[in-house]
Amino acid sequence: MTKSSKGQNKVLDLDRVAANGLLSRRHLLSAALGGAGLAMARPVIGQEPGIKLEIPAWSKTPGPGTSPYGSSSAHARLERQSGFGNPLYPGGGASRSPLQHLQGTITPNSLHFERHHAGIPAIDPAGHKLVIHGLVRQPLMFDYEDLLKYQMVSKIYFLECSGNSGALLYGGNPDGTAQSLHGLVSCAEWTGIPLSVLLEEAGVLPEARWIAAVGGDAASMGRSIPLDKAMDDSLLALFQNGEPVRPEQGYPIRLFNPGWEGNTSVKWLTQIKVTRNPLQFRDETSKYTDTLPDRSSLQFTFPMDVKSLITSPSGQMRVTQGGIYRVTGIAWSGAGSIRRVEVSADGGQTWGDALIESQQLDKALIRFSIPWRWDGAPAVLQSRATDSAGNVQPTRDAVIAAKGTINRYHNPCIQSWGVNTAGEVTNVYV
Amino acid sequence: MFTYKRLLKASTLAACGVAMLVSTAQEQVKLGQTISEASLAEFDLIAEPGGMGFPPGSGTARQGRTIFESRCALCHGNNGEGNSAATVLVGGNMQSTDSPLRTVGSYWPYASTVFDFIRRAMPANAPKSLTDEETYQVAAYVLYLNGLVAEDEIMNAQSLPQVRMPNAEGFIDQSHIQ
Ligand code: HEC
Repeated sequence: MTKSSKGQNKVLDLDRVAANGLLSRRHLLSAALGGAGLAMARPVIGQEPGIKLEIPAWSKTPGPGTSPYGSSSAHARLERQSGFGNPLYPGGGASRSPLQHLQGTITPNSLHFERHHAGIPAIDPAGHKLVIHGLVRQPLMFDYEDLLKYQMVSKIYFLECSGNSGALLYGGNPDGTAQSLHGLVSCAEWTGIPLSVLLEEAGVLPEARWIAAVGGDAASMGRSIPLDKAMDDSLLALFQNGEPVRPEQGYPIRLFNPGWEGNTSVKWLTQIKVTRNPLQFRDETSKYTDTLPDRSSLQFTFPMDVKSLITSPSGQMRVTQGGIYRVTGIAWSGAGSIRRVEVSADGGQTWGDALIESQQLDKALIRFSIPWRWDGAPAVLQSRATDSAGNVQPTRDAVIAAKGTINRYHNPCIQSWGVNTAGEVTNVYV
Repeated sequence: MFTYKRLLKASTLAACGVAMLVSTAQEQVKLGQTISEASLAEFDLIAEPGGMGFPPGSGTARQGRTIFESRCALCHGNNGEGNSAATVLVGGNMQSTDSPLRTVGSYWPYASTVFDFIRRAMPANAPKSLTDEETYQVAAYVLYLNGLVAEDEIMNAQSLPQVRMPNAEGFIDQSHIQ
């Protein structure tokens, strides 16, 4: 072995932070083994096999000019995973973000997950009204154009469907991917008007406790939200990552309830009725309720739990040779910010602290990473997040022990990715 | 809590209530147009558990059968048996040893939701195409298929929200956790 290769690959006992190859984050910061996804050990300096770099063809031909609306490189086309149309559920269904191919924390608008109950309405904002009525001093109606004149705030928030990761509770899905199992979470900068401003304009009466929010889609989907939340941090989102909210995200107006189950962030918002009691809509009784083993059911489970997920390496990826890999993923909590993410390579027996690569904003995704030396032995990779309220992400066993398997909503459990001796990564249960 | 909120609250008090064309750091615009509850009669589809918001009209399950067979059975089957987990409208028992089938009859805590949901969202291929009268009839039929009302029982703004649902006591409100 040459001197330089020794310097690059030697791992001191000191650098091991947990069993089965998890290393101190110094190895990513200093050893230059990073790169997106599954980085391989580099060829040894001075020993590259006969490379002779030439000027590539694209450097010799002028390319196309500007375009009105940009798109991704043909070599880097990412896609949501969306279901097939079902004529017996017109417009219904969900699409999932390609988490295993994304880096950083912001989900591009075209890749933000979707869930529709009756398709995407073709709303002309000129004919769309937002009404605030019920227990208010003065019922009001707002035009979209007028809403654009209000002071706005911009906040980065995750949005997660409460059905996300529900499949893990059933078991199975060995060929599941980060996208197929967990792709109902996304994160964006949402810009809009604090709902409290418009509620105060209408004048909420003292006896009010809830609001009902109804969308302008063909399902007129409705949800009841406690007034405390509406007056705290709920937003009327008009912009998403700087552009008008996409039709599939609720154009022209989306209610956004930070940290809460996605379904409460009613899209195509057209009606807010201030009330004394919850309205008991179908999507807060028949659906989005968690039935426990004793057959009672939890209703209005709003904040999404602390959660994390390794996105690379993850299901259906492959580690092809021994070496040091950048294990990376995302974490979030509806109860605040992420304080810590630990990673295990031995199925949860020993844990090492990951580096948090991004800002640690309230109710937003963070990105973490940790170097991992794979030597060809089987491994089970897991991540475990802790939030600012001290909540620690539970194991799957703990979730099932607490809530059973009738329920399929609100599952924050630790994901296990198995790596076999061939380097194949699959969804496993430990 | 956001810090800007305090700023906005203070400025809302300071504003004189005259609509401004643009907002400034000092004054929050107020551009809501006044409207009366009466003008929302067609727009507000919320039918509340306490009976508020139910429209005039009535219907029985016997009247609803034909509508159900022509407008609903395509997706829900003639007897509400459904053609997928999402479209089963009948049956189930919350105390069964297996994972219970959760339907209108076995799971839903409020009868008002049956009317509210059908009026706003069904039939899924032509939402809001039923008259209020037809909605009462077909809601009565869904309740009847579940053995919750008699075939000739009249469902209206008073009687429908009063229908006793078997799982009414089955829910635990978590809304205090925010
Ligand atoms: C084109 C297919 C289709 C037709 C026709 C249709 N439905 Fe539905 N129905 C659905 C689907 C799909 C769902 C589930 C929607 C969802 O989950 O977002 C549903 C849900 C329901 C539910 C709620 C079930 C639950 O447990 O949550 C009720 C009640 C219902 N339909 C009643 C009716 C009635 C009454 C009619 C006739 C007036 C009707 N439907 C016609 C497709 C249909």
